[in-house]
Formats: sequence, structure tokens, C-alpha cells
Amino acid sequence: MSKVRVLVGTRKGAFILESDGKRKKWAVNGPYFAGWEMYHIKGSPADPNRLYASQSSGWFGQIIQRSDDGGKTWHQPGTPAGQPAAPGPPKSESNKFAYDASPETGKPLTTHQWYDGTQRPWEFKRVWHLEPSLTDPETVYAGVEDAALFRSTDGGQNWKELSGLRGHGTGPKWQPGAGGMCLHTIILDPSNPQRIYIAISAAGAFRTDDGGKSWKPINNGLYSKYIPNPTAEVGHCVHHVAMNPSKPGVLFMQKHWDVMRSDDAGDNWKEVSGNLPTDFGFVIDIHAHEPETIYVVPIKSDSEHFVPDGKLRVYRSRTGGNEWEALTKGLPQKDCYVNVLRDAMAVDSLDECGIYFGTTGGQVYASADAGDSWNPIVHDLPAVLSVEVQTLG
Amino acid sequence: MNVLRRSQRQAMVQMIRVILPPHLRTLAQVRGDVELEVEGPITQRSVLDTLEARYPMLRGTIRDHVTLQRRPFLRFFACEEDLSHQPPDAPLPDAVASGKEPFVVIGAIAGG
Repeated sequence: MSKVRVLVGTRKGAFILESDGKRKKWAVNGPYFAGWEMYHIKGSPADPNRLYASQSSGWFGQIIQRSDDGGKTWHQPGTPAGQPAAPGPPKSESNKFAYDASPETGKPLTTHQWYDGTQRPWEFKRVWHLEPSLTDPETVYAGVEDAALFRSTDGGQNWKELSGLRGHGTGPKWQPGAGGMCLHTIILDPSNPQRIYIAISAAGAFRTDDGGKSWKPINNGLYSKYIPNPTAEVGHCVHHVAMNPSKPGVLFMQKHWDVMRSDDAGDNWKEVSGNLPTDFGFVIDIHAHEPETIYVVPIKSDSEHFVPDGKLRVYRSRTGGNEWEALTKGLPQKDCYVNVLRDAMAVDSLDECGIYFGTTGGQVYASADAGDSWNPIVHDLPAVLSVEVQTLG
Repeated sequence: MNVLRRSQRQAMVQMIRVILPPHLRTLAQVRGDVELEVEGPITQRSVLDTLEARYPMLRGTIRDHVTLQRRPFLRFFACEEDLSHQPPDAPLPDAVASGKEPFVVIGAIAGG
């Protein structure tokens, strides 16, 4: 019997929601790490019991947590649950995200652009996104603020920066968006282990074709009228990028404003906002079995971060963009003023594709029929930061 | 000779009490005060080094992982004095070194 496990990160803890393949009755487990900001929790495709979680706080910094039993128990990598800490120097380095400053590989840069245009040194703040390897449960990537990409190959115990990204040359032109200068999207190409896509607010999208050694901006075709040069190579506030594994060269992007599509692995983008009521938004995702069926949640504007007209509507395009339909059945259609943040939508891979998203109002909605109808799994969690789903069995 | 050395070392080891904020107690899986045997001069650095050695999960939560600077929203108190801005190698008050008073780590009240 198939099962789904939905991993929810919120402003005040993590929750794990579980159901069978019917997705009608749900068990709500948690909160885990109560009181902490849980930016992201994600399972390994190679071992669904292996979960990684980013736990952080403005007071106490960054913690990486790992579960080896599907979320029942958690520990910091290097400090297994229940094992007494040995005397002597600390052995766990799992919370340590040190920018590469070595002369050989970290020579690069020391500064990026601040809001006022002046240069500021890079300063680690938190992990926004964890992306486990497609094939190795011990390997996981971390996208961090201030923007950089780290990788662990020992189950999260030690982290090393892939400094070719910050060092490729455009770093001094990157600047923070309203949420900070975060690397929030990491996409691993299933057809080419050397190819990785990432996206940064506000720098844009980047791609490596050599496993992370060298990188190039892939922002040709983006137009952002809120930056000095609307067609600049970097500086675009990309909110999220999605890829369907069956079509790894096709990417969909929700930019600050504009929904975009690339058919050549990000080399060129074209706008597919079409008839959306507003093309500002954060999330974007793709049907598991229909690579031309995409989902967004339009948000009113860059200054009014809530859904337009008090109506929570998911928009679906079955044509790869441009032609969109509003999905409203089961969603509040009056007096609703929530946001859906960039990592807060996910799809399962059951035969009838399930779609999930979480709101800043603390609701997690599920659709077991590809978006035609929706039901809340939970109503009243803390503000949802991220939603991921695992299809089990 | 070995006995002498051991007794000398024991004379330099002090029992220090540390009070952590609730989130860090949960993280370290401790309740109430933490008692630490700290060797050598009793300073912020020696106390925090010993704390992190015993509870490695606290590395990076009180001091930055790389610079070892106090995290900006945390403060250190003892004997009703704010020690947050004291040099890390300055001796802590005698009452802390003797274990009479705790070394207190407090999170700033800045919303939450």
C-alpha cells in the first residue's frame, strides 16, 4: 500500500503529516524542534528514511538535524541520538558552514553588494534549502544565506563550500532581496550528474556542468524593471525554479514578477505568464507525470504579499504556460490574505498526482486529483516556510 | 611523581555552574544547571570551550563557529553583572570560579 509523508517546516517547528495513498485521513506528528525556525526538511531519494532538516534561530544560529528512521528520531550528524558526548575536542562539525577562504579555491571574493549599493563581506546566516543527492544518502547540498552552495558527503557531519559559484566573477553584483541574500533553489539533473542548477535572490539562476567546479549565470531573457539594467547578466530576483525529472532540459521559473520557461537548460528564457491575474509569486511546481502541467499561486504584488481579492487560488497550466486556469474548489474564496512561500509547494508521484502547499496562515492544503479539488490537512500550524513530500511504498 | 602531578592537576580543576537558555538546554538534552569541571584559569573562553567539548551540539550556538565571537543576540551574566563585553580571557568573578554563583547565558528579549 502506498503512503505519503509530507515534511513541513514552519516558523516555530517542524511537522510530519502522513497518510495512505488515498490521502484522505492524515496523522499529524510534531512539533519537532519546537520554537525553532525550520526552513527546510527533505528526504533522500536514495533512502526515504534518511531525512535532513535545517533548524535555525536568530539567537542560536544554524543546526543541521538528521533522521535515519523517517523522522521518528533525530540527531545532529556526528552526535548520534542517545550517545553520550565524549570528553575532549568536539567531534561534530555539522553546524559549521565556513566560507572557503583558501588561496587555491576560495581566492574569490570577499564582498557582495548591500541594499545601498556598497560592498559588504559575506556572512553566514542560515541554511535555506537542503537537497539530498539522487543516488547517495550520505551526500547532501545546502543552499545558504549569504548566498553560497555547500556539500556534505558524510551524511551532514562536515560541509565544504563549492566556491566556484561565488568565485566565478559576478559575486560583487549580487545583492540581498527582502528576505536576505539566499540561495534557495538547488536542482540536480537526473540525466547528468555533473549538472546542477541553483537560484539566488537577488542574483538570478546559475548552472554548473562539471559537478560544481565552475558556474555560469543563466539569466538571458529575464527582464526585471526594478533593477538598473533590466536585462543584466545578474541581479534578478528569482523566487523559485522547478524541473520535471522526465524533461531535465525544461525549467520553469517564478521570478519576483513574471513566470518564465526555458527549453534549453536555462540558456534562454521566455515569459509564460499569459492570463494570470498577477504574475508576482513565490512557488512554482510541475505535475509528476505531465511535464507540461505547472502550478503557481499568484500573489498580489511585491508590496502586498497576499493572494489577490481575498481568494486563495492555485493556477494550473496544462500547456506549459501562457494558458492558466484557476483552481478554487476547497480553497477559501473570501477574506483570505495569506502568502505561499517559495519552498512551500510539492508534488507526490502517486498515479493520480498529489499537490501540496502551505501558507503563512499555517494551513497545509492537499489535492489528491492534480489540483481539481483541495482539502486542508491542518488548519492552524505556525507560518509555513516549506513543504516537501515523499511517496513511499 | 605521577600522584603528585595528578593532585596538582586536580587542584587546578574547578567545578563551574552554567545556566543555559531553554532552547539550548533542549538541544544539549540537559535539565537545570550544567556543572562543568573546568581546568586552568576560569574565563569565558575556558568555560565555553569546556561546555562545547562536553556538549558538541552547542558548537556555533553561543559563539560563531568560525570567529568564536559571542552571537549578537546572546549575553553573558554572572553575579548580576553583564560580562558580555568583557575580553574572553579575562578572569570570571571569584564567586563563579568557586562554583558559588553560576555563569549565565541569556538570549536577548527581541521578540520571538
